[in-house]
Amino acid sequence: MSRLSSKAGLLRDLGKKALVTYIVAGDPDQSVTVPLMHKLVAAGVDVIELGVPFSDPEAEGPVIQRAHERALRAGTSLLDVMQLVAEFRNLDQATPVVLMGYLNPIEKMGYENFAQQASKCGIDGTIIVNLPPEEAADLSCYLEQHDIESVYLLAPTTTPERAAGISSRSRGFVYYVSLKGTTGAGSLNTAEVSGKVRAMKKIVKMPLYVGFGIKNGVTAAAVAHESDGVVVGSAIVDYMAFHENNIGELETSVVTLVQEIRSALDALVA
Amino acid sequence: MSDRYSGVNEKQPLLPDERGHFGIYGGKFVSETLMAALDDLENEYSRLKVDENFLATLNSDLEHYVGRASPLYHAQRLTEAAGGAQIWLKREDLNHTGAHKINNCIGQAILAKHMGKPRIIAETGAGQHGVAAATVAARFGLSCCVYMGSEDIERQSHNVYRMKLLGAEVVPVTSGSKTLKDALNEAMRDWVTNIDDTHYIIGTVAGPHPYPMIVRDFQAVIGREAKQQFASRQGGLPDAVVACVGGGSNAMGIFYPFLDDQDVRLVGVEAGGSGIASGQHAAPLTAGEVGVLHGNRTYLMQDKNGLIAETHSISAGLDYPGVGPEHAWLKDIKRAEYVAVTDQEALAAFRQLNLLEGILPALESSHALAYAMQLAASLPVEQHIIVNLSGRGDKDVPTMAKIDGISIG
Ligand SMILES: Cc1ncc(COP(=O)(O)O)c(C=O)c1O
Repeated sequence: MSRLSSKAGLLRDLGKKALVTYIVAGDPDQSVTVPLMHKLVAAGVDVIELGVPFSDPEAEGPVIQRAHERALRAGTSLLDVMQLVAEFRNLDQATPVVLMGYLNPIEKMGYENFAQQASKCGIDGTIIVNLPPEEAADLSCYLEQHDIESVYLLAPTTTPERAAGISSRSRGFVYYVSLKGTTGAGSLNTAEVSGKVRAMKKIVKMPLYVGFGIKNGVTAAAVAHESDGVVVGSAIVDYMAFHENNIGELETSVVTLVQEIRSALDALVA
Repeated sequence: MSDRYSGVNEKQPLLPDERGHFGIYGGKFVSETLMAALDDLENEYSRLKVDENFLATLNSDLEHYVGRASPLYHAQRLTEAAGGAQIWLKREDLNHTGAHKINNCIGQAILAKHMGKPRIIAETGAGQHGVAAATVAARFGLSCCVYMGSEDIERQSHNVYRMKLLGAEVVPVTSGSKTLKDALNEAMRDWVTNIDDTHYIIGTVAGPHPYPMIVRDFQAVIGREAKQQFASRQGGLPDAVVACVGGGSNAMGIFYPFLDDQDVRLVGVEAGGSGIASGQHAAPLTAGEVGVLHGNRTYLMQDKNGLIAETHSISAGLDYPGVGPEHAWLKDIKRAEYVAVTDQEALAAFRQLNLLEGILPALESSHALAYAMQLAASLPVEQHIIVNLSGRGDKDVPTMAKIDGISIG
C-alpha cells in the first residue's frame, strides 16, 4: 500500500482530521519549494499537494493562476516538479506527496514515462483536474503498475450515482470540491457544505477531504466537523504573492496559518 | 417546412460515439463540476433536435432573422484571375451580423431558453462570435457576458463597441497570452461558478462533448444549402470544398454534408502566420501535436513540456492553438486535407476579392480564398471549387488601414 493510503487510513483509525495543503511547485521560484515543504510538515501538515504549473489552468481562480504564472516564469516544468519531490525525499520519506495539475504536460511526457519517473521520485498520487474517471483508464493502468494512486474529485453538482462510481475508483481519499466555482472563490457557506458532505458520506466509503474556500482555523473546523479532512490552497498561495521577495516572512506567515488550522482541527477531536 | 435543419442526417457516420469521441479525439476533459452540466446539455439537445417546435423556431429564425439561405455566388472574375477551376463563394458574409457564427448562436440561444437559463456567456477572438452571441441574447431576452483577450480587444475595437451597443458586458481577459485561448479559460471559469443560471455558447466545434457535435450540427446548414444550390445551378457535386480553420466551425459546417461524397475534396486552411518554419503561426493540424486542451483531445500547439504555445495570425479569429476534434479525426483518416496559408498570402487574397468582385472578405475567410485560388490554378476549367466565405471584413478595415499606413481615425 502506498504512503498516501496508509497515511489516510492511519489518520482515520486514530480519529484525526487530515490537513492537506496545496502550493504550486516553483512558486515564486524553485529554491523556495522544498524548504517550504519541510516547514509545512513540521507545522502539522499530513499530505502535501504540489501544483504542477500549466499555461492554461482553467479551474483556478486569480490567486492560483498568478502562482502558475510565477512558477512558469521561473521555468518550472513537470520534470522539474518531479525532481523537487525527489529532493524533498532526501529528508522526508514519510509524508505523502500528491501532484495536482492538468493532463497535457503528462500526455506530452507520455503516460508510461510519467508513471515510471514519478514513482522513482517518490510521488504518491495524482489529482488531475481535467481528467474525470471516464477518460482515465489508460493513465491509471500505468499509475497502478507503479503504485501511484489516483485521487478523484466530487463536486456539488455530482449526482449520487456518479459519486458512487467516482469514489470506487479513487484511492487514498476523495476530494470534495466545496463550491461551484474556481479555487479561491468567495466565501463558503459552511452549513450548506456540511449538509452536502453528510449526504456524500453516505455514498463515499473512503476518507472524504473538503477543499476550496477554506481560509483559516474557523472555516477549517466548520468543514471538518463532517469531513475527514480539509485541503487548504489559495489562503497559503496568497502569501506567496504577498511575500514574493521575502522568503523568511513568507515561511513565517505560512507556518502561522498552518499551525492555526492544525490546532483548530485537533481541537475538534480532542 | 424547409429542410434546413432536419436534425438527424442518417447518411452520416455516427460520430461522435456516446462519450463524445471521434476516434481517439474529443471526449470530456473537464473538472467534475462541469460534468453534470454537460450531461444536461447533451440530454436536452438530443431531445430537442428531433422536436418539431424547436426545429420550426430554428428554421424560421434562420430564414427571417439571419437571412438564409445565403447565396452561392459564381466568382467569374476571381476565377479568371486564378486561371483554372471555377470558384464559387458560399456567402456567409451576408448573414445577419456578418459571419457564420450566428447559425450556431441562434441554435444555442433557443437551447438556453428551453433549458431555462436566463444568462449566456461566450468567448471571442475576432469579436464575430461575441457579436453573434450578444445579438441572439438581445433577440431572445437573455443577459450576455462576453470574454475577450485584452490583446484582441485592441485589435477588434469596432466589434467590442458593437457588443456593448447590443447590451452585452465585455470582460477583458489579461491572463496568459491575452487572446482567444485565455478568453475560453475565463469563460469556463465563469461557467463553473454560475452553472445554475448560465449557458455557455462555445463559438466553435471545440470544447468538451457535446459542444463539437452541437456546433457542427447547427453549422451544417451551410453545407446542406451549398450542396443543393450547386446541384441546381451547375448539376452534380463540386470537385473541392475549401474553408478556413480556426477552431473549425465554418469548415465543419460546410464539410459535414459532403463527408460521404468521397469524390469531393475537403480542404481546411489554417493560419500560417509568418510561415510554418518561423514557428509564428496558428496551424495545429499542419504543424502541431496531439494533446488535451479546453475539454477535448485534439491536435494543438505546445512546447516540449506540454505547455500551450502562443500562436500568431494576422486574423484574430484564427489565432487559436487548438482545433475541433472532428477535424483531427478527418485528418487522420485522410478524409480531409489541411494546409496553411501565410498572413501575406491572405492579405493578397483579401485585396484581390475587393478589386475583382467588389466583396470585402474577413481576414479569416481570406485564408480560404488564398488557397482556393492556388488550387484553382492547378485544376482544369471544367472543375468547381466552393469556398466558404465565412465572414465579411468590415471589422478588419482598421487593421488593413494600419498596414497601409493610413489613419482613418
Ligand atoms: C469570419 C470568421 N471566419 C472564421 C472564423 C474561425 O472560426 P471557425 O474556424 O470556428 O470557423 C472566425 C472566428 O472568429 C470568423 O470570425
